[in-house]
Amino acid sequence: MIETLTALAEPNRLRIVELLRTHPRPVGAIGAALRLNQPQVSKHLRVLKEAGLVTVEPRAQQRVYQLSPEPLRELSEWLDRYRRIWDERFNQMDDVIEAIQAKEGKTRHDRRKKR
Amino acid sequence: MIAERKGEPMMATSLERTSDCELVMRRAFRAPADIVFDAYTKPEYVRLWWAPKPRGVTMAQCDADVRPGGRYRYVLARGETERFAFSGKYLEVTRPTRLVYTQTFEAFPDGEAIVTVRFEERDGVTTLVAHDRYPSKEVLDGALASGMEDGARESFEQLAQLVASLSG
Repeated sequence: MIETLTALAEPNRLRIVELLRTHPRPVGAIGAALRLNQPQVSKHLRVLKEAGLVTVEPRAQQRVYQLSPEPLRELSEWLDRYRRIWDERFNQMDDVIEAIQAKEGKTRHDRRKKR
Repeated sequence: MIAERKGEPMMATSLERTSDCELVMRRAFRAPADIVFDAYTKPEYVRLWWAPKPRGVTMAQCDADVRPGGRYRYVLARGETERFAFSGKYLEVTRPTRLVYTQTFEAFPDGEAIVTVRFEERDGVTTLVAHDRYPSKEVLDGALASGMEDGARESFEQLAQLVASLSG
């Protein structure tokens, strides 16, 4: 998961992933679309490949990269799991707040009336 | 005036990674800010809500000296042996509007985050906005990846949308 996040945290790598959403592309087409030179594209693709985000397939004289969505699916599940943990906590905090208000409600009401 | 609680939709928690090193979480509560502030900080209240009970986690320890320079330590327990300790120091305590503290997941002692919490009250509803700043991208990635006890502007908004569309 750290690998997925680290790989995607670089803006150009994120652009590559977005570009590959529509269809697989050869290295040259990725560089042309994003205005990156070949060594840059190759470097980014290597990181994405190591993170399992893309797979490569030789086709004729070209290396064609395609998106492998599994790590992104895991990432999404993880992000949502983290949010849900806090959601559960805050739902419990609602109950605590309700109890505090029930206990302090009268005091607060009296205090407000005096103003 | 406090909005009626029953029959209203649940308040949703939003979580966004706003930069490499920052997370922002928001949640609204139907209560005045002083009550939300107390529920969020006082140990006798924190021990009642901080452990996500649906996950079989309980609160093993909950100590907090809520004043500038004071320290806190929260420990979650799962089963007999698993313990997850979080601790830190209060840097600013301005009841009921603002709270700043450090937070370390003790399993990763180098990863101290600074948490700034704002309590914004409007029409009897208080929105808690917690801003976590980590020392580096790697530390935040690690904290996120470990999911703490169990377990995203520019590029990260795109990432969030991308992830949603790919996993949908």
